[in-house]
Amino acid sequence: MIGAEWIYWLCGGFFFIVGVQIAFDREHPKRWTNAIFWCLLGASLCAGSFVAGPAGSPAALHPTIPSWLLGGAVIVTALIAGFGLTGPGTVRTTTEAEREASAARRRNLLFVPALTIPAVTVLIAIEGGRLSIGGHLLLVAGTQTLVGLGVATIAALVVGWALLRPKNPAVAFTEGRRLLESIGWAALLPQMLSTLGLLFTQAGVGTQVGVIVHHIVPEHSRVLAVIVYALGMAGFTLIMGNAFAAFPIMTAAVGWPILVQQMGAHPAPLFAIGMLAGFCGTLCTPMAANFNLVPPALLEMRDKYGQIKVQIPTAILLLAVNVCFMLIFPFR
Amino acid sequence: MIVLLGVALVVVGFALRINPLLVVTIAGIVSALLGGVSPLHILEAFGSGFASSRSITLAFLVLPVIGLLERYGLQQRAKTLVSQAAGLTAGRLLLVYLFVRQLTAAFGLTSIGGPAQMVRPVIYPMAEGAVMRSHGRVPEPVTEAIKAHAAAADTIGVFFGEDCFVAIGSVLLITAYVDANYHLKLDALQVAIWAVPTAIAAFLIHGFRLLRLDARVAAMMADSPEQPASAQ
Repeated sequence: MIGAEWIYWLCGGFFFIVGVQIAFDREHPKRWTNAIFWCLLGASLCAGSFVAGPAGSPAALHPTIPSWLLGGAVIVTALIAGFGLTGPGTVRTTTEAEREASAARRRNLLFVPALTIPAVTVLIAIEGGRLSIGGHLLLVAGTQTLVGLGVATIAALVVGWALLRPKNPAVAFTEGRRLLESIGWAALLPQMLSTLGLLFTQAGVGTQVGVIVHHIVPEHSRVLAVIVYALGMAGFTLIMGNAFAAFPIMTAAVGWPILVQQMGAHPAPLFAIGMLAGFCGTLCTPMAANFNLVPPALLEMRDKYGQIKVQIPTAILLLAVNVCFMLIFPFR
Repeated sequence: MIVLLGVALVVVGFALRINPLLVVTIAGIVSALLGGVSPLHILEAFGSGFASSRSITLAFLVLPVIGLLERYGLQQRAKTLVSQAAGLTAGRLLLVYLFVRQLTAAFGLTSIGGPAQMVRPVIYPMAEGAVMRSHGRVPEPVTEAIKAHAAAADTIGVFFGEDCFVAIGSVLLITAYVDANYHLKLDALQVAIWAVPTAIAAFLIHGFRLLRLDARVAAMMADSPEQPASAQ
């Protein structure tokens, strides 16, 4: 059965190829540290399949690698990049003029491989669960979207090679390396943030925040409690870059004990809107690297906070709207 | 109370503009140590935390294809295509993208779109092509603004669309966490439905701002001189 793990290996393999390419790039300014960074990251992605996840998460394939070993590798990777030892090299690519000429000649054919990705992903996400060979399901249940993305990427690459016929098919990987290197260390930040959330919870940060909130919020002020919950979600998300990490903290501190138990709020609308208030925080923080730092890096923007600046006004207005919704819907 | 030092570390580290990767790693280790977590458990948390959040990384799998297409002029073609379409402005184009992104995400199709798959190769060049068509040129500040708005439309669209879908991470996290800790049986569909009002508000607020983008671009055009000032 094909599962998400296959796709992680594919992605790990791509990072590994990038690492090896950099190792052979004599002109790379930070050749060896970059090579180690991408190779370690690639190896960690693959190794993750053999490490048991945190309690409650789906079990790994064969938990044969101790998780402290992977943890050590991840910390080393983070420190290499964290101390500024990585940075992009220069990859030879086509010039603007060559691209104009190629675009004029190939016209809309260029969109075909790009559109193959969503088309195949969606097809497999919707229909993949029914594929079977000899009575056995082909895909592991619940992994259709991830597997779909992986298969779609391979399909798009094959279509791209067939339509564009590059002299050396490996240019796809050098071009991929060019884009990946512009993202750089931000590629690892999301995983580190989810670990931070895990560690904060284990260290009891949520309980401590609850203690503080109990001192601040007066017994019967529904408006104040709602505001503390919504702003707290946004605030903790700002710090931790992830509304998923803020949710357990603020829900244990305010959402459940004060709003639901004391004031009788309906849980479904309260928690749904609470999470969305957290998303307003996500829009404003560079800690949400994969949403707010990766796109500016990918787009080669001069101002790496440019996207966040655009999002802040929408986030503030939407947070105010969420507070209003939270005052109304859970208390009907 | 002392465990909150970890939270403070993140804030201070960010304020001092230290590399976030370094800040997060150290803040995690420090607060866990202060909270009495053993060093071995900390290492294990890093290992299992990384292993269980790898799915985020898979977005980068598309980079070789996108890189290949760029090599052969995908961005240039997207620009040309839009610069031929009358009436299509950058703001209107991004509004349509916001709508499509939100709607498809609401049906669980979050992998339609994304910064690597759609924004860099197609959406941003198209928006720039639209500016090119109506103004004849795209000075650098306008390029920056267009890029920022294209990326923001993508993020806002997927954020406030996907929560209306029952089987998405955030909805599942809410129900799983609440059910496990407070012995409720929360219906995922109920949670998803209560995300709809905010989704509509997000579209109205951000959509309005996107429509105003065209006026802003026009103002930026007026500010930037036609040609770099050379001789008298």
